[in-house]
Amino acid sequence: MPDTGIGASVKRKEDYRFLTGKGHYTDDINKAGQVYACFLRSPVAHAKVTSINAEEARKADGVVAVFTGQDMADDGVGSLPCGWVVTDRHGDPHKAPPHYPLVRDKVRYVGDQVAMVIAESLSQAREAADMIEVDYEELDPVIDMKSAENAELIHEEAPGNLCFDWELGDKSAVDEAFSKADRVAQLDLVNNRLIPNAMEPRAAIGEYDSGTDSYTVYSTSQNPHLLRLILCAFVLNLPETKVRVVAPDVGGGFGSKIFAYAEETACTWAARKVGRPVKWTAERAESFLTDAHGRDHITHVELALDAGGKFLGLKVDTKANLGAYLSSFSTCVPTYLYATLLAGQYTTPAIHCNVKGMFTNTAPVDAYRGAGRPEATYVVERIVEVAARELDMDPAELRRKNFIQPDQFPYQTPVALNYDTGDYEPTLDKALQMIDYTSFSQRRAESERNGKLRGIGFSAYIEACGLAPSAVVGSLGAGVGLWESAQVRFNATGTVSVFTGSHSHGQGHETTFSQLVADKLGIPYENVEIVHGDTGQIPMGMGTYGSRSLAVGGSAISKACDKVIEKGRKIAAHLMEASPEDVEFKDGHFTVSGTDKSKAMAEIAFTAYVPHNYPEGVEPGLDETAFYDPLNFTYPAGVHIAEVEIDPDTGMTEIKDWVAVDDFGRILNPMIVEGQVHGGIAQGVGQALYENCVYDSDSGQLITGSYMDYCMPRADNFPTFRVGMTTSECTHNPLGVKGCGEAGAIAAPAALMNAITDALDQEIDMPASPEKVWRIAQAKIKQAAE
Amino acid sequence: MLTVSMTVNGKEVTKTVDPRTLLVTFLREHLNLTGTHVGCDTSQCGACVVHVNGQSAKACTMLAAQVEGADVTTIEGVAKNGDLHPMQAAFKEHHGLQCGYCTPGMVMSALDLLKHNPDPSDEEVRHWLEGNICRCTGYQNIVKAIQSAAQEMRS
Repeated sequence: MPDTGIGASVKRKEDYRFLTGKGHYTDDINKAGQVYACFLRSPVAHAKVTSINAEEARKADGVVAVFTGQDMADDGVGSLPCGWVVTDRHGDPHKAPPHYPLVRDKVRYVGDQVAMVIAESLSQAREAADMIEVDYEELDPVIDMKSAENAELIHEEAPGNLCFDWELGDKSAVDEAFSKADRVAQLDLVNNRLIPNAMEPRAAIGEYDSGTDSYTVYSTSQNPHLLRLILCAFVLNLPETKVRVVAPDVGGGFGSKIFAYAEETACTWAARKVGRPVKWTAERAESFLTDAHGRDHITHVELALDAGGKFLGLKVDTKANLGAYLSSFSTCVPTYLYATLLAGQYTTPAIHCNVKGMFTNTAPVDAYRGAGRPEATYVVERIVEVAARELDMDPAELRRKNFIQPDQFPYQTPVALNYDTGDYEPTLDKALQMIDYTSFSQRRAESERNGKLRGIGFSAYIEACGLAPSAVVGSLGAGVGLWESAQVRFNATGTVSVFTGSHSHGQGHETTFSQLVADKLGIPYENVEIVHGDTGQIPMGMGTYGSRSLAVGGSAISKACDKVIEKGRKIAAHLMEASPEDVEFKDGHFTVSGTDKSKAMAEIAFTAYVPHNYPEGVEPGLDETAFYDPLNFTYPAGVHIAEVEIDPDTGMTEIKDWVAVDDFGRILNPMIVEGQVHGGIAQGVGQALYENCVYDSDSGQLITGSYMDYCMPRADNFPTFRVGMTTSECTHNPLGVKGCGEAGAIAAPAALMNAITDALDQEIDMPASPEKVWRIAQAKIKQAAE
Repeated sequence: MLTVSMTVNGKEVTKTVDPRTLLVTFLREHLNLTGTHVGCDTSQCGACVVHVNGQSAKACTMLAAQVEGADVTTIEGVAKNGDLHPMQAAFKEHHGLQCGYCTPGMVMSALDLLKHNPDPSDEEVRHWLEGNICRCTGYQNIVKAIQSAAQEMRS
């Protein structure tokens, strides 16, 4: 294996600039003559805005302009759209109330944008924002999903504050399965609300060039073309030729930077109004208030089993909080990215899921690392664990008994997906062996001797990644295609520039994609540059989310490389006086079968640009573009096992061991893949133990609005995670890859909560904070003493 | 307005600034040293860690005026003649960074740790990083990188 080829843990190309302080994040960019924007945000959760008086603010020092929703309305600015239409169980589309970048009549959550102040300096903008007088006629805030249906209306368009009442699966088949069941396990679950907290706050610079009547937008985006599409086609009504979106180095996204937000929209619009570049960077407090949040489900689940432990049917009822407005993809997350995963790794023959999407006076909720799939895994893996306990069966063996078997693939689930491949038992076996499951009881006894409670928890997760086959998602309501593009351009001297529609914000694409191209074209890894994140340079692309970059974006690169090779073959055949059919390409060289004739790829590239001796009918240049639309989702799967020890005196949960065995298909860079797994687990552990977004149920104020109130996981909260791999290659993309970015966050919460409930022998909702754990442990001690 | 002078990465600088100017703003906006980042507004994330007179400090929590006359080192001053410092090299070698946003603060903080404790245990490294938040890596490879650099720097 070459040390920079596929399968090698190549050190990252992007690291030098990040390690020397030379990354270029949006806030690092400054434009000549720029002015600064500050948003006046609603201090209340739900109110009619009866008047806005900005006279004093407009006259304040340094103020360039103050804009309100009325100014945008007068200018014909539209609403931020939701790009996925979910059809509810009555056949109606979801309720889609408008979401204006600056409010027009009402505020609907604390942090809603009321006005935009633009000034020469940021401090002047902030000071002027404080001078704006707004009259609010307060309405009862709707915070709790459970009572939202009978509460004050947030949008006139959505009676009962219901966005959709949606279902998937065959209800009558499920009812029949339950009628024949020997056992029914049931559980009520909360999937707690999270705040994504990418370390780089969102930021934007809008710039307008009156000479060409065109805009440049710098934005912390995971998908610059999608942002451009939304800005142009839906909100600002501009031709795409007049807007360039640049997403430079982006400091983490985790989903929260997929969406089109009010602020970058307003900065772009305002740049033309004030004739100067307009810059905005979120303070962390604004990130807490206004970045799209994640999760927030309440669910009742029932699993029907026969006496031997075979799963017969699964029934799931979920309420999903969508927040005050629909963010860009908010409707698909608790529906098509959730209920479709409820088969898990199992042969459960009948599944039905009902989801009610609710509006509340809270920040919009949308995709956050895993997006729907962690919620599904949590439901499935928690109820399976509960069933194992009720049947007094080994939880590993109950899972094994219900696994889809290798000879059943391709496997059609009862919830729409068709798994192309998988092999679940070897993954389970490897995880059991790594954690030394057979001696767990001894470790538990040892903990008990030390006055501690030990538990072990499993999570056999599956995810649908590589988003996604365009026709499939189109039939389900998606407003976009989910293909990816790539352009592979040989330069005359043999270096290669690759333009990809994928966007890297920590994933290491510059390294992995270079490995891929170097391997395909047989050229040195150092000779490949990866260009991404600029609509002015790259072909139309769909960006990075849903663990899609390698499976979809990488496949597009692979296809473009194939086209380069095919053209090169014709040129090489001409130079070697052979027929193209007789020319083979291997390790960077074209050769003629049965001869010693050979031409290096770089020589062919040079010939393509200096075509003095050139085949007739072949165009000069070596520069090919490919689009790849996946044939199916990919299905990474694996088993995580967590082992915890709880101190009943303090309620502290210590993670004693963690093994993650994942099947991601073919792996290009194991070092990067393991890093993705570590980070994903950390976010999952964060959800299960530490993180929790809380709104005050009366006032709707965000209580967890800073790092002092929202518990971000720190280095000393984690053990060393042990990562293993098994491999079944994806059958339908050219690379055999499945995707690895979200797996950890999908698997981890269920594994950890299964371990904690095992230790406590009692149910507990996330986050399992020391206080909650301590109360349960103490009650048990008291109960035992009585 | 106020005139402040200090040495930054070995160069003497003097600028006239608003007295409210934070050190991090001074570095980023007045000196264009944008490697020092701002990730929060409550002094907790550590993306802004620099060295002031050899000690790690959060540049978001000091006024530029407070470091008058001091010797300040930022991430831009750590590599010498383009060669990565062993700590930076270890972060690369062990994949101790993903998006790179927290990285400058992590590196500056880790360098200070090793000044205080050249041979820390994993637990001591993790505890020291209490004031630096990373959302990408799960910290595992950061700890590995710091331990590797510690070993390299001891030898």
